[in-house]
Amino acid sequence: MTTATALDTLGRLESEAIHIFREVAGEFDRPVILFSGGKDSTLLLHLAVKAFWPAPVPFPLLHVDTGHNFEEVIEFRDKVVAQHGLRLEVAKVQDYIDDGRLAERPDGTRNPLQTVPLLDAITNHKFDAVFGGGRRDEERARAKERIFSLRNAFGQWEPRRQRPELWNLYNGRHRPGEHVRVFPLSNWTELDVWHYIAREGIELPSIYYAHRREVYLRDGMWLAEGPWGGPRDGEEKVEKTVRYRTVGDGSCTGAVESDAADISAVIAEVAASRLTERGATRADDRLSEAAMEDRKREGYF
Amino acid sequence: MSDLLRLATAGSVDDGKSTLVGRLLYDTKSVLADTLDAVHRASADRGLTTPDLSLLVDGLRSEREQGITIDVAYRYFATPKRSFVLADTPGHVQYTRNTVTGASTAQLGVLLVDARKGVIEQTRRHAAVLALLGVPRLVLAVNKIDLVDFDEVTFSRIAKEFTAHATALGYAEDAVVEIPVSALAGDNVVERSTRTPWYDGPTLLEHLESVPVDADAHDAPFRFPVQYVIRPRTPEHPDYRGYAGQVAAGTVRVGDEIAVLPAGLRSAVTGIDTADGPLQEAAAGQSVTLLLAHDLDISRGDLIATAAQPPTVTDEFEATVCWLSEKALTPGARVLVKHGTRTVQAIVTELRTRFDEQKLASTEAPDSLSLNEIGQVAVRTAEPIPVDDYTKDRRTGAFLVIDAADGSTLAAGLVGAPLPEVDGVDSCTEGGDAALPDTHALVSPGP
Repeated sequence: MTTATALDTLGRLESEAIHIFREVAGEFDRPVILFSGGKDSTLLLHLAVKAFWPAPVPFPLLHVDTGHNFEEVIEFRDKVVAQHGLRLEVAKVQDYIDDGRLAERPDGTRNPLQTVPLLDAITNHKFDAVFGGGRRDEERARAKERIFSLRNAFGQWEPRRQRPELWNLYNGRHRPGEHVRVFPLSNWTELDVWHYIAREGIELPSIYYAHRREVYLRDGMWLAEGPWGGPRDGEEKVEKTVRYRTVGDGSCTGAVESDAADISAVIAEVAASRLTERGATRADDRLSEAAMEDRKREGYF
Repeated sequence: MSDLLRLATAGSVDDGKSTLVGRLLYDTKSVLADTLDAVHRASADRGLTTPDLSLLVDGLRSEREQGITIDVAYRYFATPKRSFVLADTPGHVQYTRNTVTGASTAQLGVLLVDARKGVIEQTRRHAAVLALLGVPRLVLAVNKIDLVDFDEVTFSRIAKEFTAHATALGYAEDAVVEIPVSALAGDNVVERSTRTPWYDGPTLLEHLESVPVDADAHDAPFRFPVQYVIRPRTPEHPDYRGYAGQVAAGTVRVGDEIAVLPAGLRSAVTGIDTADGPLQEAAAGQSVTLLLAHDLDISRGDLIATAAQPPTVTDEFEATVCWLSEKALTPGARVLVKHGTRTVQAIVTELRTRFDEQKLASTEAPDSLSLNEIGQVAVRTAEPIPVDDYTKDRRTGAFLVIDAADGSTLAAGLVGAPLPEVDGVDSCTEGGDAALPDTHALVSPGP
């Protein structure tokens, strides 16, 4: 018998994510959702709201702020937090640089610097489950990630010691000081994310859609000028119609040339794209063949 | 037809499994240009003249260095006809552990053999594990067919042998398909080969796109493990009390009589809520919130089930375990059992048989079960739990065995004795139905 309630792919992905949120709410004492205002974390929060409706989301949010932000994204972040009446903790990389606990890297990128403030926030707030928006289709080290990913007291991912993940029975047991990273979007692809955002009418920061912006070309990526710096000698600023496929640290997140000004145009563009979103727009993943794996081992998202 | 197929691949070392998966991704244009550039660069670094497609799949540094796959990796690809979630399970060290993990959620298993070697012991073992975990359908990809000169007789011999093995494991003949392929050259993976004119079956991708997907168990008796109690206590919802969970099996409708287990309480469903509005019914796979007629003491860990066909509630049951830990199991072991949303203390009171992976035979009353071994055990739990036989319900018949001390997952557990007989070896002494002993049933909240 086929019932009218048979789920389509997006319905299955949504149901799986809601199930994961509820498992964590039932088994952990102090979960937190990593929330930057970017599309994956906005989607994450949307799913959390659905999981606990009509009750409020029973977790606070945590933003690890590199200080290299896009204004539109921070405004959007604060608006969404207020709209849902949630508590937002912000761990600032800038504070660590100011007091010398971290040093600015020669290349100016701060994405790798997020790890220490993240781990400190987890320790200080005694967070035991940390929701992230990571997806397995993003990168091949992520393809090996579990939905419940145990991290040791140093926040490290140890690929050889991962627990087998069977059926949908998640084992979140951990020792004091350890925590579990939880990835409800593990099985989503970039296109699934966009189709779902369209279906649910989820609002995103404006920079995900085509707009005019002054950018300069570096290593094949269109970077924007900001507090993190601007064009070097020989790099010329030009105004272009661009949008962002990912939003991270401003110094290493590139824009793509695009006319996709609304969601259906974005979906068409993503479907036709010959580049992965990270490959197209993230300088930090180009550092080496195992850049993501190495950062994850250090405790990165 | 469902638009999503979950599949797991398994094969032994050097069968070319990563290459096959890489080929599937490459030929379905699921690999984007920058990823491909990286593979071209890495292949050239290794002195190869053609791109090594296995590099698309082997994600960890040590895997690429050793040229092997260590851990289960999940791959996503789509064609206009279907989306696919592929669990790529490595075939050498800890193969059972990985195959069990990949198979636990798969609707189809793809096994690989080398056409020069045919069906080998490991193929049989993998097929047995897939059968045990209840994977409904199998494909045998007879790889490296180019290395046997595309010989039809060789292929037919392998296909016949595999079908015989799979049917012995309980598969219907139409649930098993063999396909001659060359992952390296691409024959019959996505593109039809001109070099196997004698083969008129589907290519691997054609088969994946058209194979019937066994629907969720909508017709099975309703099962709903309670994950979380939703109590907003807000001005708009001062008295709301809903039970949040995902329907594990069957269908529930407003008005249905239900039992809450293990307590055996009875009530009726007065509402099925979602953030998108109320529903009249919900079926297996859906995450919803149930409202009940009575104010009952229900919390996480309870199971809401149809009152007409409730599961057995027992504190002693027989189970098959796939042992996944380096710490061996011995009789009397104290463990935790995670079943549905409930975790209880338990003792493995008895080891009844051990299915020997190497010999495909079983031993009675073994002293221990080690990593990658499969056996039948008797379990006693500190409190009764509502269980179904795994062969009847993959969701409510499954459990984890967890180490109480360090929290690690020790085993995949299957209620009952679903291990099939292999090659005439008497691997399970219990009958096929492996009934839960009635004498241990504590509560049977039937009509």
